[in-house]
Amino acid sequence: MLAFLVSAIRLGMTFLLGSTGETITEKSGHLNLGIPGVMCVGAACGCYAEYMYFTAVGSNIIPLLAVVIPLLAALLGGALMGLLFSFLTVTLRANQNVTGLAITTLGVGMSEYIIDEASTIFTKGSKYFTASLPFADDLGWFGELFLDYGVFVYLALIIAVSTTYVLNRTRVGLHLRAVGENPATADAAGINVSRYRYVATCVGCGIAGLGGLSFIMDYLNGNWEYCVDAIGWLAIALVIFTVWKPNLAIIGSIVFGALYVASSYIVGVSFAGKELFKMLPYIVTILVLVVTSMRSKKNQPPAALGLPYFREER
Amino acid sequence: MNKTIALECRGITKTFGRVVANRNCDLDVYEGEILAILGENGSGKTTLMNMVAGIYFPDEGQIFVKGEEVVIASPRDAFAHKIGMIHQHFKLVDVFTACENIALGVEDKGRFKLAEVRKKVIEITQRYGFIIDPDKRVAEMSVSEKQTVEILKVLYRGADILILDEPTAVLTPQETEKLFAVLRRMREDGKSVIIITHKMHEVLSISDRVAVLRKGEHIGTVNTAETDASALTEMMMGVKVELNIQRSQPRDPQERLTVKNLTSVNPEGRPMLADVSFTAYSGEILGIAGIAGSGQRELLEAIAGLHSLTGGEITYVNPKDGHVENLRNKIPIQIRDLGVRLSFVPEDRLGMGLVGNMDIVDNMMLRSYSKGKGMFLHRKEPRDLAQTIIEDLQVVTPGASTPVRQLSGGNVQKVLVGREIAAAPSVLMAAYPVRGLDVNASYTIYNLLNRQKESGVAVIFVGEDLDVLMELCDRILVINAGRVTGIVDGRTAQKDEIGLLMTKSHDANETEAGEGA
Amino acid sequence: MAKTETKKHTPLLHIVKRDQGSLTWYNRLLVRGIAILAALLVAGVLITLLTGKNPIQVYGSMVSGVFGSPRRIWNMLQGLAMLLCVSLAVTPAFKMKFWNIGAEGQVLISGLACVATMMFLGDKMPTVVLLLVMTAASVLAGMIWAVLPAVFKAYWNTNETLFTLMMNYVATQLVAYFLKVFVKDGSGVLTPMPQYGLPVLGNQAYLLNILLVALLTVLVYVYLKYSKQGYEIAVVGESENTARYIGINVKKVIIRTLLVSGAMCGLAGLLLVGGTNHTISTTTVGGRGFTAIMVSWLAKFNPLYMVLTSFLVIFLEKGAQQVSTDFRISSSISDIITGIILLFIIGCEFFLQYRVVMRKNRKENA
Repeated sequence: MLAFLVSAIRLGMTFLLGSTGETITEKSGHLNLGIPGVMCVGAACGCYAEYMYFTAVGSNIIPLLAVVIPLLAALLGGALMGLLFSFLTVTLRANQNVTGLAITTLGVGMSEYIIDEASTIFTKGSKYFTASLPFADDLGWFGELFLDYGVFVYLALIIAVSTTYVLNRTRVGLHLRAVGENPATADAAGINVSRYRYVATCVGCGIAGLGGLSFIMDYLNGNWEYCVDAIGWLAIALVIFTVWKPNLAIIGSIVFGALYVASSYIVGVSFAGKELFKMLPYIVTILVLVVTSMRSKKNQPPAALGLPYFREER
Repeated sequence: MNKTIALECRGITKTFGRVVANRNCDLDVYEGEILAILGENGSGKTTLMNMVAGIYFPDEGQIFVKGEEVVIASPRDAFAHKIGMIHQHFKLVDVFTACENIALGVEDKGRFKLAEVRKKVIEITQRYGFIIDPDKRVAEMSVSEKQTVEILKVLYRGADILILDEPTAVLTPQETEKLFAVLRRMREDGKSVIIITHKMHEVLSISDRVAVLRKGEHIGTVNTAETDASALTEMMMGVKVELNIQRSQPRDPQERLTVKNLTSVNPEGRPMLADVSFTAYSGEILGIAGIAGSGQRELLEAIAGLHSLTGGEITYVNPKDGHVENLRNKIPIQIRDLGVRLSFVPEDRLGMGLVGNMDIVDNMMLRSYSKGKGMFLHRKEPRDLAQTIIEDLQVVTPGASTPVRQLSGGNVQKVLVGREIAAAPSVLMAAYPVRGLDVNASYTIYNLLNRQKESGVAVIFVGEDLDVLMELCDRILVINAGRVTGIVDGRTAQKDEIGLLMTKSHDANETEAGEGA
Repeated sequence: MAKTETKKHTPLLHIVKRDQGSLTWYNRLLVRGIAILAALLVAGVLITLLTGKNPIQVYGSMVSGVFGSPRRIWNMLQGLAMLLCVSLAVTPAFKMKFWNIGAEGQVLISGLACVATMMFLGDKMPTVVLLLVMTAASVLAGMIWAVLPAVFKAYWNTNETLFTLMMNYVATQLVAYFLKVFVKDGSGVLTPMPQYGLPVLGNQAYLLNILLVALLTVLVYVYLKYSKQGYEIAVVGESENTARYIGINVKKVIIRTLLVSGAMCGLAGLLLVGGTNHTISTTTVGGRGFTAIMVSWLAKFNPLYMVLTSFLVIFLEKGAQQVSTDFRISSSISDIITGIILLFIIGCEFFLQYRVVMRKNRKENA
């Protein structure tokens, strides 16, 4: 049971990072279907940076750098993909859905190429990411459930909580929400819609990139699998599931993680039945989508989600 | 008095594609004055002010604030120069509260605290006597509350130059008076207020000076005290126009369409039409007058079968056999299948009456595409119809296969009206059919309506220009806040009589307003 | 001083929407051509940088991968047909501005229906009846998968983009589940059943697929352009208000169009499973559902242009596969090149719709 929860939380943090990134992006009115590709690129960049770092320093590994360098690389890789998306949709006014899908195609390809150039085993690096607080193990089940995690769990929680704070309590958050709800109004109020969309998308994609890296380095303990994009789609689903609220996403991500790993832990589920379990997150998301659209008013997607905004058109 | 110029525009030109919105416009506003900008629809008033407010950027020309040349490339720049604009279409975020909307885009120093914004908002509302709940969500507000939030937004930013785009169009007379009191108070504070309007009596009652725009050009600015309505009208219209619309006596009027106790609510549950009753006769033009947004559009759309009703009846008498049909809660296709020949020229031409990206032929088909056997379209008839309309109404277009979006406003309207008339209606409804059209195109439309009337069609004409209504229509129905306040004879009615009806409050509203005050 | 500072801020460029038709068809072609060339150039440079090979060789390798032998040409045509089929399937919905990104799942679920029919009914009925049942099962499955989001969209305005996206994964997991149920050895790999497949024409395994898709292309073109239903789709897509004004039942059109769209996805599933692979896996559709959206969108929803756009994508895919074999680089290079080219073409649409204009000098009189 404990192992199940721990596993759900570790996977959940990948979802949390991905969905927090996408939430920030969607709050600006960008429906970025490129998130799966972005997470792939983030994961690949982070892994590649780790590979390069280890190759460069040999055995003189500084643990802090072994963590920070891949993190920065994943952040940067994700953000660059976000920049590409924003350039096409904001500056060149391209369709968001089509651009997102193309970004996913490109991102998946790029990540596979990068990984094929490096290595698919990063267990050595992974242990720096999964190193937990030294006293966690001494505290029994409490320590194991609440403290025995690597850096990603804390990072994801901090990002989700601070995103909630920024969105709801700060001027920047207010402006960002306005941009996603009604860009014409935001524009008239003197808010630079394009800049908000650029920045939100790049920051969001950067965070999603971290999510991709956490999947490899934390959940998979450094063994690359070519399925980061599937996780990315689930992260998009999680955004809907948690009705665009990163703090709800903390719970939601663990639920998603639990549903995803449940099959391995529940006794009596057949080999085939596991696949049905993996279907649950998607079904639940559809239900949430349907229920929120029927109930209307609150908990709706940002009103301008997926819509372009150009001022001088008439 | 030695007044300084607060804002000056010089040689402003703005084009949209091939359309010139403003040509070489000059304008100046002093500190502590109310300047009215007067002009017909489409004369470029709003576009010019949008450039001052940073919504558009001028192609040519300069803007000076307090004598310094400035570049206003965005609304933010405008705020920086203490210019604030209250748009006709409110720019508010529906899911935000009043406070959140007001705080939007304001870059105060220090940390953001909504509580402080709220305090300051309450301060302003108390100073000017606004009644508003700062925590109410905009989605739940009435129109005048929304306008109040818009004005608060500008005041909150401490604007010195306020631009109001047709602020009274949506207000009751009492609300208008309150607004004007606020504006006068701002003038006393030394602020400059620019009010865009096309209502003459408001210009004369509130403004210090009037700037007149015509077809995108600045005709002149005069002191209100030294002018009068007819002189301003002349400036606005150019050469004084005798309307001279021919009007024949209705021949053999017969009951064609009867509306009885019509009631409807909008999707949010607010009443749009209340107890509307009237009869339209064949061979006459029934005009509908009222302040914009009084329910004119809803009334026509309800008759056309686009809205479901909460109460009342709509009956149609078939001219052929005298058969009576009930149209209540029938969709347009069902109405057509009953043999009811009802044509409708909606207000929103390219958003409802026509499809902008389709060519003239395909737009002709909108009404008739389902006719004929089989699952395929028959394009021959609409093609011929398109050709006929292009020739008969002199539509200026490269050809019948040109998307209607590329045509000018007048030509778009000719295509739409032409199609609706070609359906050989026995009832023809037209909502603001001359809005945005030049004088020549307007007369083409008047003549078309007159010819329909002479051939025995019952014409219902929603207009905004009282002079036109009084010269064109046989009877004029006046509507206010979704209620009929009177039906007058178009030949004998006086303008002020209609004007009074347009603003006449229903008893219930009066007591409500009395309580509020 | 303030003056000079503000002057700097004057935007030099501004963007103006082009009038439709202000560009001649060959200008439009030219812009797109330049975009494709630029993208190929970037892709070439990229491959050269990665492999150190002469770019001419790289392009040569691409061409040979597509046209190098009759078998390669057949492969290309088959790939083209399959992608085109899915692209045609999504087009009616997209023309109606219904963002159906669930073609992947719609095709996959119909493939599952097809494979199930082959497995359980294959030896129980005569071939002709089996083919009919297979077709019916596939088409029905595709329709169900497509109409669900449509019903919710029509009645409750549920976001169809996200709904259809989720349906993809439900389909994937269902396939994964049934593979484990069907395949007793637990390997999850279903042995192909060519004996129950669609008939083979003229000894060419792919000929039937190609002919059927060619026919479908014409049918969809005619349906959209000349049928009353196609006209209704266009009106609903352009303006729902206009549709209401002329009395089109918007809900009905949305649902009917998605039934049509889903049925075509069902056909794609039938051709992929019954006509090509004779088995199924979770990757049978292989992202075509997503690529098809780009193909359809880039072709402006015109089925005839879609032949060209899907050829472009298939050319890149097959060509890049050849490059990766010839020069021993990761096969993922094909995704990268496709992605780059798609982004270039998506970007170039901007220049077809807008003009960038230098601002005229402001008057200098004071």
